[in-house]
Amino acid sequence: MPTLEIRDLHVSVETKEGAKPILRGVDLTINSGETHAIMGPNGSGKSTLASALAGHPKYTVTSGTATLDGEDLLAMTVDERARAGLFLAMQYPVEVPGVSVANFLRTAKTAIDGEAPALRTWGKEVKGAMENLRIDSTFAERSVNEGFSGGEKKRHEILQMELFKPHFAILDETDSGLDVDALRVVSEGVNRAKDNTDVGVLLITHYTRILRYIKPDFVHVFVDGKIAEEGGPELAEQLEENGYDKYVGTGATMA
Amino acid sequence: MTATTDLSTDHSRAVADGAHSHGVVPAGSRAERKTSFDLADIPVPTGREEEWRFSPVARLQPLFDEDLGAGGVLTTVVEAPEVKVEIVGKDDPRLGTTGKPGDRTAVTAWNAAAEATVVTLPAEAVATDVTSVRVEGVTKDVTAQHLLVHAEHHAEGVVVIDHRGDATLNQTVEIVVEDGAHLTLVTVQDWADGAVHASSHRARIGRDAKLKHVVVTFGGDVVRLTPDATFTGEGGEVEMVGLYFADADQHQEHRLFVDHAVPRCKSRVTYKGALQGAGAHVVWVGDVLIQAEAEGTDTYELNRNLVLTDGARADSVPNLEIETGEIEGAGHASATGRFDDEQLFYLMARGIPEVDARRLVVRGFFAELIEQIGVASVEDRLLASIEAELEKSMSVITGVAAPAPAE
Ligand SMILES: Nc1ncnc2c1ncn2[C@@H]1O[C@H](COP(=O)(O)OP(=O)(O)O)[C@@H](O)[C@H]1O
Ligand SMILES: [Mg+2]
Repeated sequence: MPTLEIRDLHVSVETKEGAKPILRGVDLTINSGETHAIMGPNGSGKSTLASALAGHPKYTVTSGTATLDGEDLLAMTVDERARAGLFLAMQYPVEVPGVSVANFLRTAKTAIDGEAPALRTWGKEVKGAMENLRIDSTFAERSVNEGFSGGEKKRHEILQMELFKPHFAILDETDSGLDVDALRVVSEGVNRAKDNTDVGVLLITHYTRILRYIKPDFVHVFVDGKIAEEGGPELAEQLEENGYDKYVGTGATMA
Repeated sequence: MTATTDLSTDHSRAVADGAHSHGVVPAGSRAERKTSFDLADIPVPTGREEEWRFSPVARLQPLFDEDLGAGGVLTTVVEAPEVKVEIVGKDDPRLGTTGKPGDRTAVTAWNAAAEATVVTLPAEAVATDVTSVRVEGVTKDVTAQHLLVHAEHHAEGVVVIDHRGDATLNQTVEIVVEDGAHLTLVTVQDWADGAVHASSHRARIGRDAKLKHVVVTFGGDVVRLTPDATFTGEGGEVEMVGLYFADADQHQEHRLFVDHAVPRCKSRVTYKGALQGAGAHVVWVGDVLIQAEAEGTDTYELNRNLVLTDGARADSVPNLEIETGEIEGAGHASATGRFDDEQLFYLMARGIPEVDARRLVVRGFFAELIEQIGVASVEDRLLASIEAELEKSMSVITGVAAPAPAE
């Protein structure tokens, strides 16, 4: 069974003042079909974990390992990681002027599959997936993310998750900034992908509300660059009631 | 002298999407710039003059000479059936009606050329095909050339001037768009390495006439093009579009001047360029003058540069001089940005290999501009040339910016 396995991961970020350590030993194992929620306060390093796994050049792994199906993820380039089956729905998707969504989707799909998608079925598939996510068909001809609202950007990320069919998807605060309707539409998309492809999901979130739509199998509380506590869905309920205060306090005294 | 606003960008700090507008004080009014047909009035520049301060004056030196030859280029015109082509003496009264030379190369080109090629789109004729003027560099002998493209009243057509080969060319291109005519003039600088080319384009746009002026610069060592456009009748419109791509040690300079001398005319200037390699240098200067009597003027100019590698330099200077308050609109924007690594990361995180991702971003940068050209054969050629440019140095680019695998 495909597995994303992270062992004792330490990561620094490049800053003007030099390398700044952010992740301090993250251990996490995700099997395909499982959904893991990572919850934590702002600045705890959730996006750093996501970016480091995707291979963003600003983040340097100083020690530890990450493997995907036993393959060394950290030895791969950014595009190789994606082709190996990793997908990152970004917290802040990037605008790419002059590159149409349709062209982008086809180019990426071709790269990931190693062959161009069948012309007849691909058009239909894209159209259907866009309809499901309530993305207007005119978006196909617009530049990637350019002038999209926050919600449109997030739906466009999930559109890619559905079309590219990754083995593991990291969703970095895909719920942030969405109104209730958009949250439901986006969650339905994630659930469709789970049903259709047995994708393993790492759901990064600051709030519990998305967990009403996407049921996690495991919840990890992320504080100060590592996992402070783990449990089942009931852990999310506790966080809902008590917030992160207890962990933040502990993290601060221990730091 | 008041402070000259220099918008040359420090690329170590440039950001890709920092589009911004500047209030720019021109260094000396364009209205006061010396223009003349007489060599004695415009001396050989030192390089410190406003109009030469970004230029590699030493490399252009041969073109400053009074005595220029004529044999360095071979010019072939393939005209549309409706279009007339003549070779005439310099005393032909149709020459010299578009304004006087405004700098040293323009005045030497005017004086040295003994004859001119005149391309005429006859009155009310609609050209059914593109007219192609092919200028092929055959020797390095310093050469002067004079072209006149004349769209008579209510004529319509497209003329493409295509430069290839290796040459040392000092050129005048006069463009006359009479009342009601619609002319698209494209000039492509696709020179081989080593070519040195100065060209003064001087355009006159009549009442309700429209000129689309397209500049495409890829090749050559030094290309310095100075398109001037002057409105002579109300309701005129000029659209100036430029696309350039500079490699290591290439100097590509485009200095525009739009003279709103009469009321209710419209100008749109859009120039975009990419640079790569050490010593690549592009210069864009956009002077727009709205004269006191030019009420109802509507003008906007934009320059954007995309810096693909370290060691390349872009200077971008928009100048807007407004002598009347009664205008429709006037604006400008200039931005120079580095290749955006976040765009690259986004595309690569979707499985797209780096080389393809870069290609997508650069093509995207130019996409809108290429659509704006509206001449299919030129658009196709442009896309191919952009591909070739990227291909040429992709190994250099990937060498510079390959993402280091985490250790
Ligand atoms: N590019 C960066 N430059 C400087 N500091 C950064 C950078 N990225 C993240 N950080 C710092 O790392 C810490 C964790 O950030 P992040 O991973 O974005 O947290 P989260 O996603 O949990 O809110 C924060 O203190 C943040 O300021
Ligand atoms: Mg974050």
